[in-house]
Amino acid sequence: MTLLLFDLVLIATLLTLAVAALNSAEPRRAVMLFIAFGLWLALIWARLRAPDVALAEAAIGAGLGGALMLAAARRAARRREDDEAQR
Amino acid sequence: MIPLQALYGSAGVVLFVLGLWSFLVHAPLLRKLIAINIMGSGVFHLLIAIAERGTEPPDPVPHALVLTGIVVAVSATALALVFSRRLEDAGGPPEDEC
Amino acid sequence: MNGRLRLLIALLAAVLGAALLWVFLPLLATRPESALAKAALAARPLTGVGNPVTAVLLDYRAYDTLLELAVLLAALLGIWSLGPPTPAYQRAGAALRAMIAWVVPLLVLAGGYLLWAGGQVPGGAFQGGALLGAAGVVLRLGGDPHAGLPAEPWQRLLASLGVGAFVIVGLVLLGLGRDFLDYPSAWAKWLILVIESAATLAIGATLAAAYVGGRPPGGTR
Repeated sequence: MTLLLFDLVLIATLLTLAVAALNSAEPRRAVMLFIAFGLWLALIWARLRAPDVALAEAAIGAGLGGALMLAAARRAARRREDDEAQR
Repeated sequence: MIPLQALYGSAGVVLFVLGLWSFLVHAPLLRKLIAINIMGSGVFHLLIAIAERGTEPPDPVPHALVLTGIVVAVSATALALVFSRRLEDAGGPPEDEC
Repeated sequence: MNGRLRLLIALLAAVLGAALLWVFLPLLATRPESALAKAALAARPLTGVGNPVTAVLLDYRAYDTLLELAVLLAALLGIWSLGPPTPAYQRAGAALRAMIAWVVPLLVLAGGYLLWAGGQVPGGAFQGGALLGAAGVVLRLGGDPHAGLPAEPWQRLLASLGVGAFVIVGLVLLGLGRDFLDYPSAWAKWLILVIESAATLAIGATLAAAYVGGRPPGGTR
């Protein structure tokens, strides 16, 4: 019973992070939430006894994917600030 | 141990649908990319949930498939980000229509 | 995009989700025992590696992994063909540089450990390669424009190393009268280790080069 509660908390947090990442209009915020989502997903996969995949998701999916997207988000945010300065 | 698979598998389906919705609704390319990645994570999550078999050791075949999938997803993301950068340099995608 | 269209899309997505769950949940209840998992776990002693996921990736489904490395190479070629990289970040301050001097060797060491440990416990070429790639990302964030990668011809060699090692091992086995990538049981462990080492270097170099995001300087058109 306690274990089921634990599972439910894990899943609820995962879905909340996904919704938050998908619904933030500010690019850097969205990418940060996406990284948090990826790390949480890795945690869940470790709980589902898939440690190989959890390691790969934490390192590749959340880590490198997040780093790639953060660089893009930084450019997007800067361009947006430039646009607002011009107005 | 069926409830565990059903619980986590359903979460994978929900993630896939959420990502699909966001991909269709939001215009900025970065948001679309995040949405595609979350759709992919939903599929991976479903596979991992199916691989978990309660008392027996988990099925290694879906695990290997997901491992392959993660690497391919990141390389596709990297390529897509370079494409979007070139698109901006060339005059800009429809960035702020949302 | 107007509100009604958004509502329609949300509604259709919800219907799709309900349909998927309607298929998935009954299927889960009636699913037969997974024969593939049983076979995969039973044949593991023949591969010489203790980690079942590594056995699947590099032995039973070696073609899959070979083609995956080819996809990684193709993505990198796509990135390189789209022009020069973004400008490098400014050189990091003393504190960050001191941290990088610690973190990068640790990442390389941890990557090597994951590669070696991947034969028996969770780990393997992809995780090790990812850590090498992360070392490249850290170096680039600290101001190195090439993310610690060598000159352009060496980058090409590194990036194609994974596919190259796979194909060479496969061709040698073909020459010895076996099937492509059908390892003899006695050598399986070492052949897998050779391929994994090459794949780790290739994955690390490819991911770091993808983070740089453009053709390295010095290339000719």
